[in-house]
Amino acid sequence: MVSESVDILNAFALLTNFIIVPAIAYGSQLALGALAVTLIYSILRFSNFGQGDSMAFGAVMVILMLALFQSDWANANFGAILPPFEFLSFVPTALYALPFAVVFTAIYLLVMDKLVYQHYRRIKAKPITVCMVSMGLMFVTGGIVRIINGPERMTFDDGARFLFSVRDFKEFTGLTQGIAIKTSQFLTVTMAILLVAFLFYFLNKTKTGKSMRAYSDNEDLALLSGIDPDRVVRVTWLIVATFTAIAGTLYGLDKGFLPFQYHQLLLPIFASVIVGGIGSPMGAIVGAFVVSFSELFLTYAYKKFLIYLLPGYVPDSLVQLIGVEYKYAISFVILVVVLLIRPTGIFKGKVV
Amino acid sequence: MAYLEGNSLVAAYGPVPILHECSVSVEKGELAVIVGPNGAGKSTAMKVLLGMLNPSEGSVIFDGQDITHLSTQERISLGLAFVPQTNNVFTSMTVHENLEMGGFLREDDISHTIQEVYDLFPILYEKRKQNAGELSGGQRQQVAFGRAMMTKPTVMLLDEPTAGVSPIVMDEIFSNILDLKNSGRAVLMVEQNAQQALNIADKGFVLVSGRNTHTGTGKELIADPEVRKKFLGG
Repeated sequence: MVSESVDILNAFALLTNFIIVPAIAYGSQLALGALAVTLIYSILRFSNFGQGDSMAFGAVMVILMLALFQSDWANANFGAILPPFEFLSFVPTALYALPFAVVFTAIYLLVMDKLVYQHYRRIKAKPITVCMVSMGLMFVTGGIVRIINGPERMTFDDGARFLFSVRDFKEFTGLTQGIAIKTSQFLTVTMAILLVAFLFYFLNKTKTGKSMRAYSDNEDLALLSGIDPDRVVRVTWLIVATFTAIAGTLYGLDKGFLPFQYHQLLLPIFASVIVGGIGSPMGAIVGAFVVSFSELFLTYAYKKFLIYLLPGYVPDSLVQLIGVEYKYAISFVILVVVLLIRPTGIFKGKVV
Repeated sequence: MAYLEGNSLVAAYGPVPILHECSVSVEKGELAVIVGPNGAGKSTAMKVLLGMLNPSEGSVIFDGQDITHLSTQERISLGLAFVPQTNNVFTSMTVHENLEMGGFLREDDISHTIQEVYDLFPILYEKRKQNAGELSGGQRQQVAFGRAMMTKPTVMLLDEPTAGVSPIVMDEIFSNILDLKNSGRAVLMVEQNAQQALNIADKGFVLVSGRNTHTGTGKELIADPEVRKKFLGG
């Protein structure tokens, strides 16, 4: 394939389809995970290594609920799950299971807190100790997930696969290169925007949210002001559970559910938090997109893109900077570079 | 009986007592100062009054009621307020939010009390949307006072309010403290700058190694040759 002239529109459509749209969706999933890590870091004062596996727990709860929804028992007693409105028929059934998954994840995290973390708060353990504790719980959570689902891949996206497909786009614009938006990508971005808006409203405008910021800022003074630390901790876990279960489910809808992949997700999530500035919610979001865009831009094969842009030239190779199998190395490199050059991150967080 | 008093307090962090039969008191509309050398137990006395440390002997009486066994939070809801020496504002929150957090326990409308704080410290009204961490030392101390005032306390306990500030800011803070006193509250403070503090104080307590050595009005203590020699530099 050799193009006759410079074709900027198709080149741009190509990049949008294979980099920008997936990066926005992936970045949103990372951002939700990174916000959960940030909340725990600022309020409970430790780095939660269990975040990736907790997200897998949220997703596996959705898978469990779906199995229940589709069981003979449920069909006999409640009938098939049908969307309440015709225009919602594109929505995957997983979304109806999501509220249950959020509740189960919240219960799971609150029980973990009661059984384990509470003790370390009482004895005022050093953050690094609690960090190691969270690593232990990470393995526990990962084990529970694999007991329920097994270690193999599981897909649970139904409903319409695309909000609009490559063919729709081509027919609409007449370009040879199409842009598709998957339902899961659309849902991811919509829900991420809603959740982030809720979080910022909650932290900045409500009394409970402000008391959480006060507790994060100065624990002793918060106690002197009569803020109940146990309540702050509970509310934090509830918000973290919501973000975790939703992020895990959206990631699973988008990329398929594979327990080990969630485990590895920890690296890009921590990279996002550190790039953005530890403890800064806005930083976590920006950091997540820095990481997701870097991953996709660096692992994309630019051959077709160059063919559109450079008429008469066909590269010999795929023109791929880094193989996809090395994508986690990118997070790692970003992490190291940020820590060397600007340890406070983009939004001037705390220095590690 | 004084409005707030600690009677013959004995208290320890470990096996070694810090306070030996130490007594302090303050009346409404009065400014009392605890002075003394480093390690004399000044801050410890204040912690006992607040319930952050339990005395092994002695009692704390507030408004005729024995509060020796109440928790800090219970004492705060009775009308005691405390301004710590350091980290006494929420630096990442605005001035207004700091005041709101001060009134966290209150169920009623706190806007009047916030207005009172702004009337007392007009500069805070101008800076109400700025983060407290961006303010100058004196303004920060005003935020700290304001935060403590939000529970409508009748007694304010201040732990070294002028520690580490310049002399000009120190004068500003002392004048703020006089305002607090003149609004009818009882103010008890621990001070390093003994001379200046005794100058404006109605009552002074000199503590040495956890014992009361001199007690009197501010003027009396300044005039006392022994106090002058030992604590005020001649």
